[in-house]
Amino acid sequence: MKRSQETNALILIGIIGLVTLFGVPLTLDLYSVISLTTAVSLAILALSLGLIWGFGGILCFGQTVFFGIGGYAYAIAALNLGGSAVAIIVAVLVAAAAAVFLGYFMFYGRLSDVYLAVITLTVTLILYSVIRRTSGPEYKIGIAKIGGFNGINVPPINYPWDVNKFLYPEDFFYVAMVALLVTYFFCVWLTKTHFGRVSESIRENEVRTELLGYDVRIYKLCMFTIGGAIAGLAGTMFANSIGRITPDVFNLYNAALTIIWVIIGGRGTLIGPVLGALIFFYITSLLGQQNVVNINLFLGLVLIIFVLVVPKGIVPSLVQIWVRRRSRRLTAHSARRMRRRGRSRVTEVAVEE
Amino acid sequence: MDLFASLGLQIIYGIANLVLISIGLAVIFGMMRVINLAHGEFLMLGGYTVIVSTNNGVNIWVAMFILAPLIVGIIGLIVEWTLIRFLYGRMVDTLLATWGLSLFFIGLITTIFGAQTETTIAPPFGPIFIGEYSSSGYELFLIIITILLVILLYLLLRYTKLGLLARGTMQSAEMAAALGISTQRIYSTTFGIGAALSGFAGGLLAPVTGVLPTIGAVYIGKAFITVISGGTAILAGTSSASFLLGGINGIVSFVVGPTMGEVALLLFAIVLLRLMPRGITGHFFKRSL
Repeated sequence: MKRSQETNALILIGIIGLVTLFGVPLTLDLYSVISLTTAVSLAILALSLGLIWGFGGILCFGQTVFFGIGGYAYAIAALNLGGSAVAIIVAVLVAAAAAVFLGYFMFYGRLSDVYLAVITLTVTLILYSVIRRTSGPEYKIGIAKIGGFNGINVPPINYPWDVNKFLYPEDFFYVAMVALLVTYFFCVWLTKTHFGRVSESIRENEVRTELLGYDVRIYKLCMFTIGGAIAGLAGTMFANSIGRITPDVFNLYNAALTIIWVIIGGRGTLIGPVLGALIFFYITSLLGQQNVVNINLFLGLVLIIFVLVVPKGIVPSLVQIWVRRRSRRLTAHSARRMRRRGRSRVTEVAVEE
Repeated sequence: MDLFASLGLQIIYGIANLVLISIGLAVIFGMMRVINLAHGEFLMLGGYTVIVSTNNGVNIWVAMFILAPLIVGIIGLIVEWTLIRFLYGRMVDTLLATWGLSLFFIGLITTIFGAQTETTIAPPFGPIFIGEYSSSGYELFLIIITILLVILLYLLLRYTKLGLLARGTMQSAEMAAALGISTQRIYSTTFGIGAALSGFAGGLLAPVTGVLPTIGAVYIGKAFITVISGGTAILAGTSSASFLLGGINGIVSFVVGPTMGEVALLLFAIVLLRLMPRGITGHFFKRSL
């Protein structure tokens, strides 16, 4: 795509985002607004993986680690501190710190793609089994009991300037949607910066980038940390929209779902994963209402088919088709023009003779 | 003294358990450098094979030692044939496709048998006693079986024609192909053997854990971390990593509790990989199997 077309696409996305932001709470009923808030929080998670995988080339199978840590950190901080705004900041920082910790060992150990994917996945699974076992009263941080299998009830979110005034679910939709829009355009901006360009070149060829003098490890670590922070933010939004955070955020199903959103939507785009998450949230909630097709069966087949047939994902494939058709039309157009010009020159020559 | 003997047995069982759940994965990883994310589901299928066939009147030993490896091995071959074959050389896509497969199997088994635990079978051995401490006889049996399995695999790789071809392919697939070995066939055989080993392990563990469609998730975290920490040498890698990780898990579990045991295992593995990114056998025992 040309730069001007890309700008147009971004403007279009911004307009759609703003229309959704103000339109949804006015038109839909409360239940839909709440579930859409959850979908938006998952879209932020998808965006974080889309950023680090699609633009940083970091294959993280356990992006839900930071999502879950964000959610838990938020719940614990909100219970202990009382203020929701501070708790969100704390949660994002904790998630980022977890990403730094994990990322340091992985990137400075120079682990390959496959190892990295499997380790991040293992971290999720072990967190899942560990947190499930923390149901006893001795497992608590401050006044917040971790609660094992049942998780933590998140206190209602309050206004930053008045801790006794709570947001209604409709109001919280604005918060989540603004968070999605801001992170989306932040990610777009990030991919345009020097840092983003270098990260992209690492994705394309790590050795060559390193030979050009860039310290690949620190770039990857930064990218991973930013991704972790965004996933942590998504976790706080999720915990607020559901009203509770449970160890299930760390389970295999959710880890797989996150990967599927990005694969289906398309690696190397930012809007693809967001759309993937929103569409799949809709599909999985439809599938959850019936008992004919098992949801895992469906997701497994979708994943296999996409890997084999549409490995790039929907958005890049559509863009490719569109660009190809357009360029074909352009070449056909210019060929016709050339021919016409050629013919007129021939007639000119004929006249001269 | 009895306490230490009992604790020692527990730790050895932990190590054997790690070897058992990761050996099938290690075979596939050592050969193709690809982690099979459907590994947990191969274990789960092995468990279901044993429990369903035992409940239908098949002798438990036949179900464990013949049916489970056979059926899961065949499933492995079918998977290789219809899916993995198209993805050689595309590591990331293989990971993703096997993950899809994992979800597919979970969904399929849930559809057939329901999401609940299938009726469990009792372990065929009673408890044994060390002084005043009792220990499960079946766990002792599993330890012995695991040791025998490792020896058998060693003999297979070291002294048979298939083992020779497999080792050759592992060292340099291109060279092996140039010498006229069908690496394609070696790969599919290995995948089948890896799946069969996983099915066998799943079947052996079924009386201890019971079976659920999602039981694979319980195993895979530990299996992945063991195989990756071990590196690409199948037997030396898996055994040394199981020894280290299982030992740490056992000791920390005894001192602090089982919750911290798993965390310690994970943290130790992550630090280990920072120091030895290619796993233990990438640095030590390089020429071993």
